[in-house]
Amino acid sequence: MMHAVWLIPALPLAGFLILLATGRKLGDPKAGYLATAMMVGSFIVAVGVFFDLMGMPGEERRFEQDLFSWMAVGGLDVHVGFLVDPLSVTMALFVTGVGALIHLYSVGYMHGDERYPTFFVYLNLFAFSMLMLVLADSFLLTFLGWEGVGACSYFLISFWFERPTAATAGKKAFVVNRVGDFGFMLAMFLIFATFGSLNYVPVLEEAGTLAKGTASAIALLLFVGAVGKSAQLPLYVWLPDAMEGPTPVSALIHAATMVTAGVFLMVRVNPILDMAPGVLTIIATIGCLTAFFAATIACAQNDIKKVLAYSTVSQLGYMFLAVGSGAYIAAIFHMVTHAFFKALLFLGAGSVIHGMHDEQDMKRMGALRKWMPITSGTFIVGWLAIAGVPPFSGFWSKDDILLGAWEKNRLLWLIGLITALMTAYYMSRQVFLVFYGGERWKKADSRTPAEAHGEPDHEPAATVGAAGDHGAHGDFKPHESPGTMAAPLVVLAALAAVAGILKSPLEHWLEPVLAHPHHFTSPSGTKLGLILVTTVAALAGVGIAYLIWMRRRVKEGAVEPEVLRRAWYVDELYQKVVEAPARAFANFSAFFVDAKVIDGTVNGVGALVRAGGSRLRTVQSGFVRNYALAVAVGAVAILAYAVARSA
Amino acid sequence: MSESLPILTLLILVPVLGAAVVACLPKGNEGLLKAVGVTFAGIALALSVALVFDYRADGGGFQFMSEHVWVRSFGISWKLGVDGISLFLVGLTGVLFPLAILGPEVHRDVKGYVAWMLLLEAGCMGVFLSLDLFLFFLFWELVLVPMYFLIGGWGYDRRIYATLKFFLYTMVGSALMLVGILAVVFLHQQATGQLTFDVITLAEEQSLASSTARWLFLAFAASFAIKVPIFPVHTWLPDAHTEAPTGGSVILAGIMLKLGTYGFLRFGLYMFPQAAVDLAPLFLTLGTIGIIYGAVVATMQRDLKRLVAYSSVAHLGFIVLGIFGLSQQGLEGGVIQMVNHGISTGALFFLVGMIYERRHTRQIAELGGIQRVAPVFAGVFMLVMLSSIGLPGLNGFVGEFLVLIGTFVTRRWWAVVATAGVILAALYLLWAYQRVFHGRAEGANATFPEMTMRERAIMAPLVALIVFLGVYPQPVLDRIAPSVRELITHVEEHSDYRQPAVAAGAGER
Repeated sequence: MMHAVWLIPALPLAGFLILLATGRKLGDPKAGYLATAMMVGSFIVAVGVFFDLMGMPGEERRFEQDLFSWMAVGGLDVHVGFLVDPLSVTMALFVTGVGALIHLYSVGYMHGDERYPTFFVYLNLFAFSMLMLVLADSFLLTFLGWEGVGACSYFLISFWFERPTAATAGKKAFVVNRVGDFGFMLAMFLIFATFGSLNYVPVLEEAGTLAKGTASAIALLLFVGAVGKSAQLPLYVWLPDAMEGPTPVSALIHAATMVTAGVFLMVRVNPILDMAPGVLTIIATIGCLTAFFAATIACAQNDIKKVLAYSTVSQLGYMFLAVGSGAYIAAIFHMVTHAFFKALLFLGAGSVIHGMHDEQDMKRMGALRKWMPITSGTFIVGWLAIAGVPPFSGFWSKDDILLGAWEKNRLLWLIGLITALMTAYYMSRQVFLVFYGGERWKKADSRTPAEAHGEPDHEPAATVGAAGDHGAHGDFKPHESPGTMAAPLVVLAALAAVAGILKSPLEHWLEPVLAHPHHFTSPSGTKLGLILVTTVAALAGVGIAYLIWMRRRVKEGAVEPEVLRRAWYVDELYQKVVEAPARAFANFSAFFVDAKVIDGTVNGVGALVRAGGSRLRTVQSGFVRNYALAVAVGAVAILAYAVARSA
Repeated sequence: MSESLPILTLLILVPVLGAAVVACLPKGNEGLLKAVGVTFAGIALALSVALVFDYRADGGGFQFMSEHVWVRSFGISWKLGVDGISLFLVGLTGVLFPLAILGPEVHRDVKGYVAWMLLLEAGCMGVFLSLDLFLFFLFWELVLVPMYFLIGGWGYDRRIYATLKFFLYTMVGSALMLVGILAVVFLHQQATGQLTFDVITLAEEQSLASSTARWLFLAFAASFAIKVPIFPVHTWLPDAHTEAPTGGSVILAGIMLKLGTYGFLRFGLYMFPQAAVDLAPLFLTLGTIGIIYGAVVATMQRDLKRLVAYSSVAHLGFIVLGIFGLSQQGLEGGVIQMVNHGISTGALFFLVGMIYERRHTRQIAELGGIQRVAPVFAGVFMLVMLSSIGLPGLNGFVGEFLVLIGTFVTRRWWAVVATAGVILAALYLLWAYQRVFHGRAEGANATFPEMTMRERAIMAPLVALIVFLGVYPQPVLDRIAPSVRELITHVEEHSDYRQPAVAAGAGER
């Protein structure tokens, strides 16, 4: 099976090409099933490759497959080839696994959309790019996947491009990511200038010889790339807006897979990071602050998807906190559990939106557990997992991260702990608002359906073909989603519940990938104490939310200050500090510098020449002939002069 | 292809012959005129494809040479040759001309249009193939005349202003270059006693004093810089591109800008290596400014065609950077970027032309929502746009990346600033795409017709090349490599420049 590794990305690529050619003919739902089949096939191959790799002795678990030369120029030699090792196989497994489930879910979710086949064209292309990213044997090929997933993310965020907000959000994601790519590209240049190669194996094997300055520069530049792709401070702003895309996209791309690419990259280059301890501290700090900052915002959002979006930013911050603490395996562990529970939560949210006929405001939901038993049951599992309630998966992975942070820096640990409390709080708030309490959607709704669906926060009518027929909210009943949507929820819920058991196998499995495997050195008493503290924090978060949102002990406005609801005004700030000056500068360049200064000078000279020329002109014979004559006469004169002189 | 067939001469003569035949045909029969034109351009295409396949990849040096003494007393000869640097530019010329003749709607005087196009093709081929300075200059000037008439005769509202400007600019450059050519030739004669316009002899013998060489290099460079165009002598370009008919814009951006960058390689670096090395910081700086400035100015354009025109300033900046960065990667990247820019920007101009045919406007503000009514059109535009942005896997990335990584090794800080250009390219193109294709289609946009079969046939070869050259550029790079290596070695032999070992690669020195 090992030699079939190329099939892992090739199958979704084939799906992309087939659907591009025949998608419209296949239509709804065949196009969706074809795309899903490709992902399932890809997953099966990945499992086969995994078992082959397992069969090899621990330290030798590495396989390289070289397909063809991409760019071999002078000292640069980049091939299209794959590096199969425990890290890339872990990534491939959960990308194809979770990917297949979300493809299946989309078959039902996108049903009735007028661009149904196109959706799966993009989705398969995304899977291909993501798998290239993780399986690549060189930085440059990873960059191909990196940019590919970025482009697909752009396509899918602006999938409902008729809405200006969706189109703008897609563009914003692409451009902000490009800022990160700037770092990634410079890092590659520096790596090539230093090592004469862009291939992972030689570069990472020689990383130990790096000077500290060079290692720090490379690490920092790669981290800039990761900050863009994985939505960390200060480049996270595109991710909340990315919720304009269809919900399966939010689950697959903007929670489970693409946004974790930055974390993957950091772990991939861990031998370089180990040579740059200062950069590790920066990574841990940025990650920790992002986790905290995004969690504060998540506490005050009313849009069901926005809560999850900020939560994703926050959880990604945890992963970077782990990376920065040197706890690389904890980062990957949390990436995997997060993929399960966050994909589950997003898909659950999609199911809710679907069942509520495109309502996304949690304040207009409530008591849905009676109407959507599968959705609410699975969502609750996801909630317990992300909140860190034992024995659900998030508890184990978050605990590892906080342990790593504790050993790195106590302040970072404390912030991480407070964030854990907030996480439990905002997720409980979401669950209570959506699935418990009164049936607020029953209240006579003064809005007309058109208004309800016209708001930018809402999925467009296209998602549910008949949305317009349901009339005002008062008339309808929320309904459970079809089987294609419910089945992935159940599978993901099972995984989110029990993935904690992966903890110790994953540690052994990934150890060969690390240059300096990190072992927690705290005495077991401390470890136990920390586990206890984290658990208490999680339960406290749940408890506070219970008092506020179930018992209603506090007024809503008091815990949802404007500043948090408006996400600390960061978008407004960027608008003022970056966008407006940039626009002014561009206008100045285009309409003053270029049009007036440079072109003005040219035209001025032209006018002068013409003025002089008209006095000298004796024969009015047309411009071109004049010119030809002038050139000929001049040439002959110069020739004659030169010949005469040299003779 | 037999060795005796003078394929390079044919590449020039076939289009000339075509132009002559078209000139003899009656005016009225537009179908016949186009068919004849495409036939001759098609023969040239077949010849250039044969050339690409027959070219010895491992060879280096000039191949398929043909040399006939022309004016013996002045040392002028009909000397043609092709190497890895010109090979794919010839191929690009072969590909774009049939499309430019066949593709756009020609609304008046098809006969004149086709004839001028064929003559222009001959001129472009001649520039890329000439190895004699006199011959080169002849072709260099020859391309101006058809382009002048194409813009003036088939262009849009402000065509007279645009042609005049185009002509004035180029004339200034040409005059300087002519002086440069004659000076080089006669100074060489003074030094060696041999009067010759042969480029190879002049380059290999390096008879000039270094200060003289620098001035003469600048005389050539002025002409090339205007043609490229390099900031700040670029302002003829947006006007000429915008006012030219679609076919003219395609050729102007696709081929004619490359005459300048090709000139820098063939005549700048090759004939004046030390001067090029000494003045490299100047051109690196101007190239980098072009990358950033072109992108910034493009962002604010209200006319879609003008936006694409300014994007050329940015893209050509990368080529200049690659040339003067003097690394194996940078130069190869520069050469392949010339080809890729020709394909992508040519394709963009075709698409903008199709939009204009449908909507009779190029104002971004008047367009909108087209993706909904014409998804295939939008899809093709998107692909071409992503190629222009430099998305890996598509052709545009290859050249841009190689230029930047090579230049980073030799001239680090210029490369760092230039890399910022990748952010801006995404910005101006995606913003334009959003305004033109996203949103709701209203008014005349709601009935925007989908891409016709004929238009798909025009775009298909370009799209295929965009993907192929992005996924598998290696065969092209392999053919460019030996010539670039020889050029760098030549520069090293005749200057104090030494390429870092990282860029050259182990075992190659």
